[in-house]
Amino acid sequence: MLKISEVEGGNGFDNFTVNPGVQGATQKCSSERDVSMLVNILVNGLVAGGIYAVLAVGFSLIFGVAGIFNMAHTAFYMITAFLILYATNVLSIPLPLSLLGAITITTLLGIVSYRLLFDRIKQHQTAVMIISVAVAMLFQETLLLIFGGHYRGVPPFATGFVDILGSRISYQHLFAILTSGLILIGLWVLMTRTRLGNAIRAVAQDRAIANLMGINPNRIFMIVMAISVSLAGLAGAVIAPIYTVGPLMWVEPLTIILAAVVLGGLGSIGGCVVGALILGYTETIVTFLVPGGGFLRGAVSLSIMVLVLFVKPEGLFGVVFEEERL
Amino acid sequence: MSYFYLWYGWFKGEILAIPGRVIALCFFLCLFCAPFVTQDPYVLRIITLSTIFALFAASWDVLAGFTGQLSLGHALFFGVAAYTAGLLNSHLQMPPCFTIPCGAVAAVVVGLFAGIPALRLRGFYLGLVTLSFPLILSGLLFVFPQFTGGELGISGIQKLSPSRIVSYYIVVVVFTFSVFVMWKFTDAKSKLFRTGVILHAIREDEITARASGIATTRHKLLAFAISGFFAGIAGGLYVHFLRIAAPSTLDLFFSFQVILWTIFGGITTIYGSVAGVFILYPILEILATTAWGEHVRFIIFALILILTLLYMPEGVTVWILDKLETKCPRCKIVNAFTRKKCRACRAILLPKET
Repeated sequence: MLKISEVEGGNGFDNFTVNPGVQGATQKCSSERDVSMLVNILVNGLVAGGIYAVLAVGFSLIFGVAGIFNMAHTAFYMITAFLILYATNVLSIPLPLSLLGAITITTLLGIVSYRLLFDRIKQHQTAVMIISVAVAMLFQETLLLIFGGHYRGVPPFATGFVDILGSRISYQHLFAILTSGLILIGLWVLMTRTRLGNAIRAVAQDRAIANLMGINPNRIFMIVMAISVSLAGLAGAVIAPIYTVGPLMWVEPLTIILAAVVLGGLGSIGGCVVGALILGYTETIVTFLVPGGGFLRGAVSLSIMVLVLFVKPEGLFGVVFEEERL
Repeated sequence: MSYFYLWYGWFKGEILAIPGRVIALCFFLCLFCAPFVTQDPYVLRIITLSTIFALFAASWDVLAGFTGQLSLGHALFFGVAAYTAGLLNSHLQMPPCFTIPCGAVAAVVVGLFAGIPALRLRGFYLGLVTLSFPLILSGLLFVFPQFTGGELGISGIQKLSPSRIVSYYIVVVVFTFSVFVMWKFTDAKSKLFRTGVILHAIREDEITARASGIATTRHKLLAFAISGFFAGIAGGLYVHFLRIAAPSTLDLFFSFQVILWTIFGGITTIYGSVAGVFILYPILEILATTAWGEHVRFIIFALILILTLLYMPEGVTVWILDKLETKCPRCKIVNAFTRKKCRACRAILLPKET
């Protein structure tokens, strides 16, 4: 089995390290180094931001439509990464097939957990949140039991580099950027240009009225759950070769996507994407430029979120409602 | 002698007649008598840690359950108090009786600071801001390892007391007192504090509360301070009991754990959080000792949580008390489930629909 790095450790800090897919051009003159550093930051920030955006949009979707605060969202992403790891490294299934299989299995898992768990206690919002934490824990511990606590790597889908302004960018990074962009555009088309998208937005706006118009909210909830989980699965599939795969890999992106969702404003999908990009770039800049930045990465992102909320409590693009009354 | 009858009458009417209170009384008796039954250090350790965590969980309940200020980062208070107590003790050699209150005060200050966003945010926004504070702080801990001990934390902290039994009783007495204060503080019918009913009002409808002349801002900050204070005491006790202040006290999981315990036991009831901890924490610990349980204990933990929440989403204690107690439809007095007629007004109690 291929193990790129085996680090025993459980603080959850090292498991989301950006392996700079870029071995910056060697010591030449400083201005050239600065340019290559800039390119690195731009590309890695876009990778991180894009992945966070895909995750955050999925999270925001299920929360906005069904009011399910799904803490297990990134756990589904972890499941996909592990399934791909297992399929490619152990079963040696060809890559496209294993990607497809992993995402399908994750989506099915999401639907099953929705039907068995979330659906039954939807009216107790905090209980749903706790159940999702329990589900995430269940996934984490099961994976820990099966795979052990090592951090592993998945072989890249696309090998090779492209030279941009003196720094080498791997195809894998470009692939990640491209895929997350396509996913987001696809989702936008789905939400704004199709009947299903209309139905989803109608249910999100007013469940009772949507029901009167002949939309079955429960079916929409399930479809949204499937979309949301499959988005998480796609993100996991794209990211598995770039970041390390371990049973604690869900914790750190979870906090970041929660921050991104709130930063953009709950319920605003465009806001989510902007929030995720801001946080992705912040993280990358801190990692590259600040000494000891690996530890401060999350702290700086979260501080930005807190500062924004101090100034604008509804988030950057949030809609201000009249203070809600029951 | 007449005083005796007076007290006995009170005891009979207020405690013996209500199953929930009988259970609470038995629980505290067991807690105080445990060292007479066994002095096994392992058992005492589990009970002590459960007690500390129960205090912590109850403090979360005050803030999130009663006041409705969802705090997803309650480890902030615990961790701040733990580190304050640990640093004071290891750098300045202050005794525990001084460091624990200092830690609690530090937690109150942090609580007030964390409460400032509460004035403008609500619901999940507030939850996420509170979630981020302990994570920001733990990021800072790792950056200054020479001062905070970094990943290893601060070790070699003084024990609560040289004797194991005395430490046990310190924790239990502090716990009993704190839980009583929190219960009175949040009890809407309390004659001691007026805060209980105000906190309920703020949770149910903040605008109406404000319109009725309640200074909601001040009371929300008060709830943050009180909750932070008791969480801080729990943090201080924890540090002096385990003799180490580790960064895990600021973990995401540590914050979630309190919520898991409280929701499992029953939110908006101080006793629910205590019961949740005393059921779940020992199960986890006992599983850790068995050979097979060590690896699957969190799986079992998660399954227990999922199953209870599916069948009793309001929490275990609420479900049990609902079975054991009936409220009289006429005079609203709580009766044991065995009674056919209300003990105060003799109204006929209807059997529960199930």
